[in-house]
Amino acid sequence: MTEELTHPNIPVPEDLKGTVTLATWEKFYNWCRARSVWPMFFGLACCAFEMIAMATSRFDFARFGMEVMRASPRQADLMIVAGTVTKKMAPQVVRLYNQMAEPRYVVSMGACANGGGPFKEGYSVVSGIDKLIPVDVYVPGCPPTPQALIHGFVTLHKMIENTKYKDMKWYHNRGQGEEFAIPVLGPDLFDPRQNPLIQSEAAKTSVATNDSE
Amino acid sequence: MNEQVAESEGVQLDAAVGSVEQACQALREAFPGKVRPDEREGYEGVIVDADALVSAALLLRDELGFRYLSSVTGVDYANDGLLESVYHAYGAESGALVFKVQVDRGNPEVPSLVSVWPSANFQERESYDMYGIRYAGHPNLQRILTWEGFAGHPMRKDWREPYYEEDHKPFKTRHPDGGVFRAEDRTPFGRNVQYPPGFDPEKWEDTAQSSVYEGLMREVKEGGLQTECITINVGPQHPSTHGVLRVVVVLDGEEVVDLMPVLGYLHRNHEKIGERCTFPQIIPYTDRLDYVCSMSNGLGYVLAVEKLVGVQPPERAEYIRVIMAELTRIVNHLMAIGFLWNDVGAYFTPVIYAFNERELILDLFEMVSGSRMMCNYMRVGGVFEDLPTGWMEKAQALVFDRLPRFVDEFHRLLTENEIWRSRSMGVGILPAEQAVAMGATGPLLRASGVPYDIRRVEPYSIYDRFDFDVVVRHNADVYDRFLVRMEEMRQSLRILRQAMSQIPAGPVQTGKKNWTIKAPAGEVYHRIEAPKGELGFYLVSDGGSNPWRYHVRSTSMINLTPLAEMCRGHKVADVVVILGSIDITLGEVDR
Repeated sequence: MTEELTHPNIPVPEDLKGTVTLATWEKFYNWCRARSVWPMFFGLACCAFEMIAMATSRFDFARFGMEVMRASPRQADLMIVAGTVTKKMAPQVVRLYNQMAEPRYVVSMGACANGGGPFKEGYSVVSGIDKLIPVDVYVPGCPPTPQALIHGFVTLHKMIENTKYKDMKWYHNRGQGEEFAIPVLGPDLFDPRQNPLIQSEAAKTSVATNDSE
Repeated sequence: MNEQVAESEGVQLDAAVGSVEQACQALREAFPGKVRPDEREGYEGVIVDADALVSAALLLRDELGFRYLSSVTGVDYANDGLLESVYHAYGAESGALVFKVQVDRGNPEVPSLVSVWPSANFQERESYDMYGIRYAGHPNLQRILTWEGFAGHPMRKDWREPYYEEDHKPFKTRHPDGGVFRAEDRTPFGRNVQYPPGFDPEKWEDTAQSSVYEGLMREVKEGGLQTECITINVGPQHPSTHGVLRVVVVLDGEEVVDLMPVLGYLHRNHEKIGERCTFPQIIPYTDRLDYVCSMSNGLGYVLAVEKLVGVQPPERAEYIRVIMAELTRIVNHLMAIGFLWNDVGAYFTPVIYAFNERELILDLFEMVSGSRMMCNYMRVGGVFEDLPTGWMEKAQALVFDRLPRFVDEFHRLLTENEIWRSRSMGVGILPAEQAVAMGATGPLLRASGVPYDIRRVEPYSIYDRFDFDVVVRHNADVYDRFLVRMEEMRQSLRILRQAMSQIPAGPVQTGKKNWTIKAPAGEVYHRIEAPKGELGFYLVSDGGSNPWRYHVRSTSMINLTPLAEMCRGHKVADVVVILGSIDITLGEVDR
């Protein structure tokens, strides 16, 4: 363990090797964070069962320091969007994400969360959760096997370990995260950020229908 | 035989007076001119005039013994300008009696049958939501799968989704040339959305949330402490709702005054997509209905198509299907029990025990189908592939040796636990009469003392060849539902042992594999005893290669109907336990 942290340019005396490590604070800090990512206990659909399977004996994600699943977003670091995000559920997902404290991460699990999946063609599914909140790791599959999900976590851990201080916005502004616009259930789901576009498109269609009458 | 089995005792559904044909005859005589046989080619049952519907339903229920209304759904016959409300009712031993009401598409209004069969409650709301059929007299006719304020009724044939391409698959953009494009690029918003002309988001008033609370009971007390009721939401994100179910609970202190499940948070548009697909293309979608039991769902669907097309699978395939369906039942019950214990507070330990065995069964599924959960294994006229080498040995070791020992161990660990008994005995009582009236099926119904199992009442596939008991318990509480599931695992193992010993060699597919099937025009309703209860598929074919109407009679959704009844008067902590004891999967509730 000590070897993997030790800075290559700082020699550790021979007799202290294995007990002492000399690393940058950044590296140590990230190393700690990556080994205690607490996911939110939050499942949306089929993928949730593979997520739970990953928590049980055979795959056992306690090996990665992730077994503390929190039911409250306030205590969670990682949101695993495990399953289909429907239009009706989308406002809740964004609200939950807004409630999480920084640093926060999102793993999009499975075809539906990545891009709509087999249900994309229907009217009631959001074509990918990344339309609404930022995603750090995408895990493909329908559903992804627990192995695939673990691979996704390892990828996330690597990402956390390689974060630079200057990029940690939340570190400098005391954990204040950005609020994302919560979509609204109208005649169809609409994102307040798209309001001007919706207004201009709606004006176009109403003119078109007036002409045809 | 141990104490948990009590076969064929207890409350019976009233025996139906005569057969379905006689009942149809009796209806026609009682309502001359208002009830006429459905004479379309391939259709069955009777068509009832809207004004005679409620009295006809009362006659059916009270005199003719059809006490159990299984399915209510709508069909859009756009070419004839008609909307049809279709009902399937059953007696204790009878097959389905189908009756329909046809109304004009411009003004679709049908009297509600909730007063006759409370099980129609959610289903009529669904039919209203999807087709816009107004059920006059319904106590709370709101949208159920979409939200109040949603534009249009999406299952109507002339309603088009934002990514609409064509009515039927395969789409010309993709087949046969294999074109690829992103559907997002074809809409102005880059998303799966569309808005009515002139829609202004700035002026929109959000009624989707406020309307949910209408129709909830609030107690006005006389005398005593004048406490105020509070309304809380359990879910849609809650660790104990088994997915994205939302339950609105009205509480007086800790006591539940009223409760209403709010559905639709996993509404994935299953039926509309199904109507675009060819018959075999629907099979992978059925896996994602009740995603715990993909094999059973596939079996239910292919049996319905086989009934419509008239194909008989070969003997070996029948046995394989039964083996897969029963393994699925064990998986389902393991998980149901594990999560039920999770809900009472035994955090995760029983789940971990259950998942150990589940993994072994999923390994078997992966060997035959290539996928752990979404097996896509059943085919019209057979199964996807024969069992691979070494499968049977592995499965037999599990079924003959490991699983029976595990079920005994599970039983020893859980059943006598004192905390469990005090949390579950006498909690969530659902009397037999109510269970039948509210459309409860599966272990929920059998724990209420009704020995009704479709594998026995109306055997499908080759279930009539196996020796097994219908598990019944009589206390109708959470504890009994747990025991019914425990014992059903043993009965499933019994069926599995017989099937594995008798399975013959031979082909596993009738005819050749094909991605499209032409079905004759007509309608078909087929139901199976899925692990959670009665899973029905209603198909209407217009003679083409894809269904005109594809409806899933969802066990989980209809089993939620009695939830409010069961929870009233209990503490709020019992709500999650009672919900756990129903055993729902949201993929099937919302489809």
